[in-house]
Amino acid sequence: MKKNIHPIDEILGRYKPARREDLIPILQEIQEKEGFLSEQAIIKVGTHMKLSTTKIYGLATFYDQFRFKPKGLVHLVVCNGTSCYLNGSGAVINKIREEIGIEPGETTRDGKFSYEVVTCMGGCNNGPLIMVNGGYTTGVKPEQIPSLLDILKINSASEIN
Amino acid sequence: MENLKKYLTEKVLLYDRDVLPAETRKVFQTITREKYDYPVVYVSSGTGGIIAGSGKTASAVKSYLEAYSPGASVVNVGCAGPLNYEPFICVQLPGKNKLFFRNITEEKVDTILDGVFHNDLPADELLGQQGTRDYGIWPGVPFMEELPYFAYQKRCVLSNCGCYDPESIEEYIARGGYRTFVKTIRYYTHEEVCSIIEKSGLRGRSGGGFNTGTKWKSALSSGSQARYLICNAKESDPGSFADRTILESDPHRLIEGIAIASYAIGATTAIVYLRAGSKLAEKRITGAIESARDYGIIGHNIFSSGFNLDIIVRSEPGAFVCGEETALIASLEGRRGMPRLKPPYPTISGLMGKPTVINNVETLMNVPLIMQNGPDWFRGMGTEGSKGTKVFALSGKGRYQGVVEVEMGTPLRMLVELLAGGVRDGREFKALMLGGASGFFLNEKLLDTKIDFDEMSLKGFSMGAGGLVIIDETTCLVDTVKYYMNFIHNESCGKCIPCREGTSRMLEILENVIRKPRSEDSLTTLERFKGVMQLQTIATVMKEASLCGLGQTAPNPFISALEKFRDEFEEHIFDRKCRANVCRGLRTFSIDVDKCTGCTVCAVRCPENAIYGTRLQPYFIVEDKCSGCGICLEVCKFSAVIVK
Repeated sequence: MKKNIHPIDEILGRYKPARREDLIPILQEIQEKEGFLSEQAIIKVGTHMKLSTTKIYGLATFYDQFRFKPKGLVHLVVCNGTSCYLNGSGAVINKIREEIGIEPGETTRDGKFSYEVVTCMGGCNNGPLIMVNGGYTTGVKPEQIPSLLDILKINSASEIN
Repeated sequence: MENLKKYLTEKVLLYDRDVLPAETRKVFQTITREKYDYPVVYVSSGTGGIIAGSGKTASAVKSYLEAYSPGASVVNVGCAGPLNYEPFICVQLPGKNKLFFRNITEEKVDTILDGVFHNDLPADELLGQQGTRDYGIWPGVPFMEELPYFAYQKRCVLSNCGCYDPESIEEYIARGGYRTFVKTIRYYTHEEVCSIIEKSGLRGRSGGGFNTGTKWKSALSSGSQARYLICNAKESDPGSFADRTILESDPHRLIEGIAIASYAIGATTAIVYLRAGSKLAEKRITGAIESARDYGIIGHNIFSSGFNLDIIVRSEPGAFVCGEETALIASLEGRRGMPRLKPPYPTISGLMGKPTVINNVETLMNVPLIMQNGPDWFRGMGTEGSKGTKVFALSGKGRYQGVVEVEMGTPLRMLVELLAGGVRDGREFKALMLGGASGFFLNEKLLDTKIDFDEMSLKGFSMGAGGLVIIDETTCLVDTVKYYMNFIHNESCGKCIPCREGTSRMLEILENVIRKPRSEDSLTTLERFKGVMQLQTIATVMKEASLCGLGQTAPNPFISALEKFRDEFEEHIFDRKCRANVCRGLRTFSIDVDKCTGCTVCAVRCPENAIYGTRLQPYFIVEDKCSGCGICLEVCKFSAVIVK
């Protein structure tokens, strides 16, 4: 009978022997798989690489890409590149913060929403730009945010059911 | 498929003479669909296109063609034109020139294709035609290369972008690709390649402007066994997308450039360092590497030349400072991306302590062209000190946004007025931001500066990696400087004090400058002025004492804005006024009693409850309570709210 291998062990198994320069790709793969870096994952990586977990945590917190809380069901990526900023993405981000009540990189308590702010996603002609679970919304205005979030809320609720 | 691969390897890549026989060229025409018996529809599928919805357009085209002409094919190509024209499609009928259409959303597909197939061209979306001038012409349709957006460009690096399917190596080979690389490894020595590049005068395109050939020579002459080549495709400046467009549209030429560069410096491992989150670029470059490996273009003992090469793709984990060479190396080694003191330069001691050459995407894209056409061809373009062309990413408030390429020596004015088409909505031009987050603000006068490394550095600025943001009168410069400072402040790695503390202080002072005057008492006013007086000193200290390029260039936006637009800063500081009405704290709102109908909308929507009045009577705003958010201005249907 084939044993169920834990996905993290599967990733670590591919990096044998793991060198220090493999650390970032390992963490990236884990995040890709799990959506975030859990405490358990960091401990596993530490044991595998014979590296103290504080060192790994120190490295991971330095980079913006790594998150330590799971993503929400609805994950918004808001562009704050120069073009989007000139077109008013600052107000959009403020509005989102106001509406959901969390900072970028955090997740709401009910696990429904999370958002992150990135610099330039490539839609510079029609900013501000928001990416929601893979789909793009262009030319977003702050006053559209509440209705946009409402629609997303309903959609995510129907997905669960 | 196997046969084609064998044919292309033996008859094309390993073919000895420069000019290929007519029979091979015929095969090429089939591969590139130049001579094709069925209609072909090309759909632009870069990030810009996908955001505009080109994925849906492509499937709509596919289902239309299935019904209309089963032999027809749909090809995904890279990004060619301005972003405003996305989704951008091109239709090619047998024996006819290609026709280009802009803004073809899903629902427009049927009308457009109906029109083309029945010779009734839709005028609104039609952009132009491309191809021969003797037969197959569509009468009355302008040629693409005559449109202003293309006519003023000199597309060398971008020549393949948007022309071929980036996921097909056969098409790239049929366009003459990889032959230069095979020729190079078979007939040239390492030194010769370095000399050719040195002679061509190619300078690093990431801002520094160091001669690429000289850099390679210094790495080659170091007595180490292992060497590395890193292609810096990081480009994380807010608002730069030139490198990403290249990666998405023409990954194969980049690989060819990397391969030639690796051969020149004798590196057996090359690393493409990608930006976090650009999934499409990662997919295309990984796919391109796979197919090149399949063809034996990279791998062990390439075409029996004794040269080994492996190309690895690594995605950057999200830190702006990793664009700096030594920080990039630290991050590749699995450490925190913090820069170190130079020298030793990476060409002497880089990745794993071995000599490492780090080149920008655009620089490497030039390499195959130089090897193919010779250094004199490259020297023929540009100015005395800067040869070749330069790619810019236009964004901001211009009419067109997109990636453009012009010859060195072109005045900046041409980019702004002709390629970007001036400022949109008939507004007035205010400033040009050149070179991303640590770039420079230029005023109208400086637009006559030519694109040239030396002339620009003489005038006190540099072109950076080629981000170009057009700023109009509705943008506040103090606010924009604050935005850039906030970005750098977040991205500062915190290793050296001038950068870590300097960015915090500068941000704090700039925030004070745009703070609401009413919330100030005498002490905070004094502090605001004290801060302003120290701004310039902080900027100078940061410039001189920071460890790496990030800190040294961080005050550039501020210094250049203060120099060129001093009056705007003074207006904010002394008159407490923002002429563009952007800075929230400095806006005051009032209601025009004659226009207000007392509809209560503003009072209901005001988050601070600062608007009072009686229904159907003019309302008024209590200034002490007002936070300057501007919601009342947006919601008022009678334009009764006045902002000052």
